[in-house]
Amino acid sequence: MDAIFLIEQLLNGVGYGLMLFMLAAGLTLVFGVMDTMNLAHGTLFMLGAYFAATIHVLTDSFALAIVLAVILTMIVGALLEVLLMRRLYQRNHLNQVVATFGVILLADDFVKWAWGAAPVMASAPEALSGPLELGGGLLYPAYRLLIVGAGVLAAVALYLIVNRTRVGMLVRAGASNRHMAEMMGVRVRTVFTLIFVIGAALAGVAGSLMGPITSVQVGMGESILIPALVVIVIGGIGSVRGSLIAALLVGVVDTAGRAFISPILREISSPTFAADVAPALSSVAMYVLMALILIFKPAGLFPARG
Amino acid sequence: MQTNVSSPSLKNPLVAGSLFLALVSLPVIATAFGLEYYIGFAMRMLIVMLIASSLNFLMGCGGLVALGHASFVGMGAYALVALMEAGVESTWLLWLGAMAVAALAALAVGALSLRTSGVYFIMITLAFAQMLYYLAVSLRVYGGDDGYNLTVSPSLGFGLDIDDDRILYWVVLLTCTVVFAFLYQLVGTRFGQAMIGIRDNEGRMRALGYPSYLLKLQAFVLTAAIAGLGGAMMVTQNGFISPSSMHWSQSAILIVMVVLGGLGHRWGGVAGAAVWVSLEEVLRQLTEFWHWPLGALLIAIILYAPDGLSPLFSRATTGCKTNRFLRWRSA
Repeated sequence: MDAIFLIEQLLNGVGYGLMLFMLAAGLTLVFGVMDTMNLAHGTLFMLGAYFAATIHVLTDSFALAIVLAVILTMIVGALLEVLLMRRLYQRNHLNQVVATFGVILLADDFVKWAWGAAPVMASAPEALSGPLELGGGLLYPAYRLLIVGAGVLAAVALYLIVNRTRVGMLVRAGASNRHMAEMMGVRVRTVFTLIFVIGAALAGVAGSLMGPITSVQVGMGESILIPALVVIVIGGIGSVRGSLIAALLVGVVDTAGRAFISPILREISSPTFAADVAPALSSVAMYVLMALILIFKPAGLFPARG
Repeated sequence: MQTNVSSPSLKNPLVAGSLFLALVSLPVIATAFGLEYYIGFAMRMLIVMLIASSLNFLMGCGGLVALGHASFVGMGAYALVALMEAGVESTWLLWLGAMAVAALAALAVGALSLRTSGVYFIMITLAFAQMLYYLAVSLRVYGGDDGYNLTVSPSLGFGLDIDDDRILYWVVLLTCTVVFAFLYQLVGTRFGQAMIGIRDNEGRMRALGYPSYLLKLQAFVLTAAIAGLGGAMMVTQNGFISPSSMHWSQSAILIVMVVLGGLGHRWGGVAGAAVWVSLEEVLRQLTEFWHWPLGALLIAIILYAPDGLSPLFSRATTGCKTNRFLRWRSA
């Protein structure tokens, strides 16, 4: 195990973590500001991936595919907010979970009907398909670097929006005291729609970028939803900063689990035992992390509300 | 107090009695009309009702939304498989063993999870459920990913043939009836009422001297044991178990059933499981796209009838919607 391998794995972990952050940010904003649990967030991720894959094939332009996919995902997000989520804000979490689970069922069947049950091929643009020399003999896939870059950009943009703009001020006001914000004349309903659409946009970016490195298929939204939920819970629900740190933590732990548990077990135990146990251990690494954190800090690392 | 004569309430002994009689005679009628398939279907539904009812007690009375109930179903099923491999043959011992294993697992999971509450509790129960799921996936002795087929059937004793679907149906019906009656009575006991009190105001109950953590843990372990029994019955019926039955989406569907039927309502778990399992069965035969009507139904229920289907069965004050003590005071 040399330094290059370690750096590669670290970059993989950071890339995955930043992707998770893009999803988790939307989830945690919706939860923090509107006290609403949205299981259908993964669905927006899936739609982003399908839109981008389809438009890429149709127009042969990757950049255009990403932009259009994100815009389409935002439109779907806005529709979802206006038609459904708006009526759920006053309900308890259980109602929200069940109704958005219903949305998952609807959306998965819709995608199956529109694109078929088989996975759709999404390809990275040719210019980015090769590896890039990062110095010191380290070759790293260019497309994965693009993902890391996009993730960093999204994190910075979100930080600036939340902390430096008027919209961000309203978001923070709504999050810390919704009632007071309403009294001060904030049009909370519009702010809510806006937050939801920002969340949808981030999910769309994540989905359209992840398409080429995972398979674009029905159910991809649910399989990424759980890690994203893990991230917001570890970070402390409602805290954007917490979810960034938690996302990087989860990304690195998950990647490290997959890269190192198997070789380490093979060193210290029999090969058959390692082959049996290693995949399970790597799969649960992030859940063990979450369970440990919640046992010691029952409200996550950075509770948004003291 | 108003009485509602026209609605068929299950409190009416005549209605309840004839319903039970219909359930008991179902295998005879089904066999007479050549509809043996429905014996297995009814049995599966009874088992799901049992599991959903246990979750209904935990969620409705205890206010503990656990997103990992299916993992205890799976623990029960795998425990039965493991015990059979170890040489246990009696169905009754196997079922008891499955309950014990599920209860032990729940004791460990609950002891740690119950330190959190609300959404954090949902998530930590999910985390442990995922761990158990991947444990089942990695158990290559019991089939790993592909699942495990029972090669022989357990024995019922008393000269009963378990491979006869009708016999097994009656045994399942009897067991489920006993557990339903137990859960039904449990709500009214000091324990059940204390759970409702904790759900409504935990601080107050602690101030009154109730050990709320221990009580919640008891409820968690008890309901997991019933789920484990359900899992053991399932594997007895199908002769097959795979890790997919422990997947988190199965736990989510159990929650959905309970909310659909009426959270905290006495028949919430039963009604929800009946509607969900029947719809699934019918829709699956009709169309390849059988998920979306279920999704649309869920959204409609939440938007227009958040109490679920329970008001259709009897008035909403039965079960643990309200605390008996509070009802006395407000009456």
